[in-house]
Amino acid sequence: MSTVATYIAQNRFGLGAASTDTATLEDPRIWLKSQVNRDATAGPSGFRSSAAILEDIHGTRNARKEKLGPIVKKSYRTDFAPEVLARAQQMVTTNTPFAERMVLFWSNHFTVSNAKRVIGPALPAFEREAIRPHVFGRFADMLKASSRHPVMLSYLDNDVSVGENSFAGRRQRSRTGAEKTINENLAREILELHTLGVNGGYSQQDVIELAKAISGWSHGGIRPRRDPKPVHGEFEFKDYFHEPGAKTILGKAYRNDGERQGLAVLDDLARHPATADFIATKLVRHFVADNPPPDAVASISSVFRRTGGDLASVSLALIDLEEAWKDPTPKVKNHYEFLISTHRALGNDTLRPGDVFEPLEEFGQFPFSAPSPAGWGDLSSDWLAPEALMRRVEWVRSRSARLPGTWVPDEFLEHTIGPVAYDATRTWVSRAPSGNSAMAIVLASPEFQRR
Amino acid sequence: MNRRDLLKWTLAGSALAVIRLSFANSETDKRLVVILLRGGLDGLHAMPPYADRNYRRMRPNLAVAAPGEGTGTLDLDGYFGLHSGLASLYPLYSAEELLLIPAAATRYRARSHFDGQNMLENGTRAPYGATDGWMNRAIAGLTGDEARQALSIGPAIPLIMQGANRVQTWSSTALPGVDEDFLKRLTHVYDSDPQFAAALASAQNSPQPRVTTANRRNPFKGPDFEVATRAAADLLARPAGPRMALLEMQGWDTHFDQERRLRNSFQDLAAGIVALKAGLTGVWDQTAVVIVSEFGRTAAQNASRGTDHGTGGIAMLAGGAVRGGRVHGDWPGLSQRSLYEGRDVQAVNEYEAIFKTLLIGHLGQDQGFVEDVVFPESRRIKPMEGLMV
Repeated sequence: MSTVATYIAQNRFGLGAASTDTATLEDPRIWLKSQVNRDATAGPSGFRSSAAILEDIHGTRNARKEKLGPIVKKSYRTDFAPEVLARAQQMVTTNTPFAERMVLFWSNHFTVSNAKRVIGPALPAFEREAIRPHVFGRFADMLKASSRHPVMLSYLDNDVSVGENSFAGRRQRSRTGAEKTINENLAREILELHTLGVNGGYSQQDVIELAKAISGWSHGGIRPRRDPKPVHGEFEFKDYFHEPGAKTILGKAYRNDGERQGLAVLDDLARHPATADFIATKLVRHFVADNPPPDAVASISSVFRRTGGDLASVSLALIDLEEAWKDPTPKVKNHYEFLISTHRALGNDTLRPGDVFEPLEEFGQFPFSAPSPAGWGDLSSDWLAPEALMRRVEWVRSRSARLPGTWVPDEFLEHTIGPVAYDATRTWVSRAPSGNSAMAIVLASPEFQRR
Repeated sequence: MNRRDLLKWTLAGSALAVIRLSFANSETDKRLVVILLRGGLDGLHAMPPYADRNYRRMRPNLAVAAPGEGTGTLDLDGYFGLHSGLASLYPLYSAEELLLIPAAATRYRARSHFDGQNMLENGTRAPYGATDGWMNRAIAGLTGDEARQALSIGPAIPLIMQGANRVQTWSSTALPGVDEDFLKRLTHVYDSDPQFAAALASAQNSPQPRVTTANRRNPFKGPDFEVATRAAADLLARPAGPRMALLEMQGWDTHFDQERRLRNSFQDLAAGIVALKAGLTGVWDQTAVVIVSEFGRTAAQNASRGTDHGTGGIAMLAGGAVRGGRVHGDWPGLSQRSLYEGRDVQAVNEYEAIFKTLLIGHLGQDQGFVEDVVFPESRRIKPMEGLMV
């Protein structure tokens, strides 16, 4: 194996070389494959469940509306911020960076953000509960876990979606004269963004029928006046929101089965060929190239279909793609990957909030704040804009100015980007007027910012 | 000295040379500002047809109150009103500097945010129909030196401004600047990578608006919109400043709790427009601002006091160059028969028609250039009349 393969394993598939990594991996593919292991995907420990966080917030709101603002704010401080920091720390120090990249990929696929403030404190808990357990498990399980998680249900408004002919729907229609009570948001994004893809062959009618099938999927923080049950923060099927009757989606009829009706649809969506193609395209775009080579997509899609969406098999197949071991630097790291790889290279094993939140805000990728349910973009052009590049340069320059003089820039270059470093980069690192300026040139180099 | 004094240090020999098209370009003092509202703005909430019976019927607990009925809706023409969150724009309407066009959208007729935004930005008749944006293509129809072209505000460049032509960019920052010497060295390093070289050169050429950025930003909402408008106005007002600018705002996807959320967003948007006008004193008469979104929303509300993805939305035009003080364009009404697919406002007024007028009638661009290069395959759509003074 060449050392270029080490660079590829560490950057294309990982989060950059850590200061403690060995210089050359003996077998980069075996190193990556050894990380395809469900033990490697556990999240930061010691943090509250989303159920506890949301019970607090909803309970407070339902008791005294004016206390909502303060408790959400407090929970950002005590739940959100520490867990986001611990997650970054885990990614900086992990020796299974490929597993973490997969977490990031799937977390972005099933994006949640604090477009609704009340769920904000529980966003990292969503990733820990709905994404991480299934990263090397089954796609169908992740899809169901995400679609039934109170954070997702709230983010995409399904928690308040009411079937027109449900008990609540009939009541609402007669009381207010409303004609439409269903909320299509989650159903549409499940079809468009989570499974089939926008060209996956569904119609507006399928969106509505899926919305009806999952109407009633809500949580214990929604308590209409006539519902005396105690507030809690977990999933709850509300029969009185659920649209009764059979539903037809993509030409298949689903009998009325209450809560299980929607699950049956999700199982079918998870094994639909369009889903396999859509997921394969996204994975290959993420790990190989902005324009995913069709052969690579076809090969990942076929593994997805053959294994019934087994994400461990899919991950192993990605590692085995020949296309992934050719051009070492086709893509630009997103801001989060760039931040984490910088801290890994510098061995920053005790991150402070200012090491994570401020730079990400400046770069334009504050954690869990993707601008839409489509998540963060995945093209180099999304991450290589003039202003954002200047923010990266400013940040590494100011970071490196504080580095101790014990770093040897030439060695740092070899360790991080050595196999792919351009001659010009070596030259200007060696000619730098100071050690910390040389370190900053390595971190600001295209080779370090690419993967 | 700082990095921004290092202007054009590398530009002469870089890969940035802009390919000029040989159309008849005329020097212009006109300014065009495009504001993208991402998420799908509900036109019926911004500009409620309060006098329409169907409007109240379809929105039993979401319809905006009629003027004089408590929430402060302002009357526009006896049929449409202006949401009170946009009240600070009403003086512009009275001064004939605000034009409102209901039932407006691009040619996109499905309901995906991402395809809809892509099409609004790429300027063709299909999502992903081009890999560059129509504002970027329109730059080739401007003359003057590079600084007199286009400005994109924010850390990333949206698709609408991406492409072969040079764009100035600016975003607010609290990070310390980098010394010139370091940047000069880095420029040599970037010679190996044309994409990085181009981005750095462009960043070094970033303009410096006189604007205080001390305002705390909400990291989830992105940079403060008003700061962005003040920065844009400061640059646009300069004689040699840019002639086109792009700003964007997130957060218009109101499936839930629409009244509260839109009220806040309307206030931010209106404050931004007011700040633009204030900053553009002296050239406001030369300015047109157009505010658009990827689609409108369902005519009927849902159970969560929100609306779902629809079709016909709204276009708002502001500026001294706009023939405002009116509601303009066609209005298909809200009867069940006139709704698109029985649920959305028909999009009878085309965004492309509005954009063409802004490029041809306002910026003075060649019609052939606009038809062939900026909005290809759109000759069917005639520039909309009656927009400009």
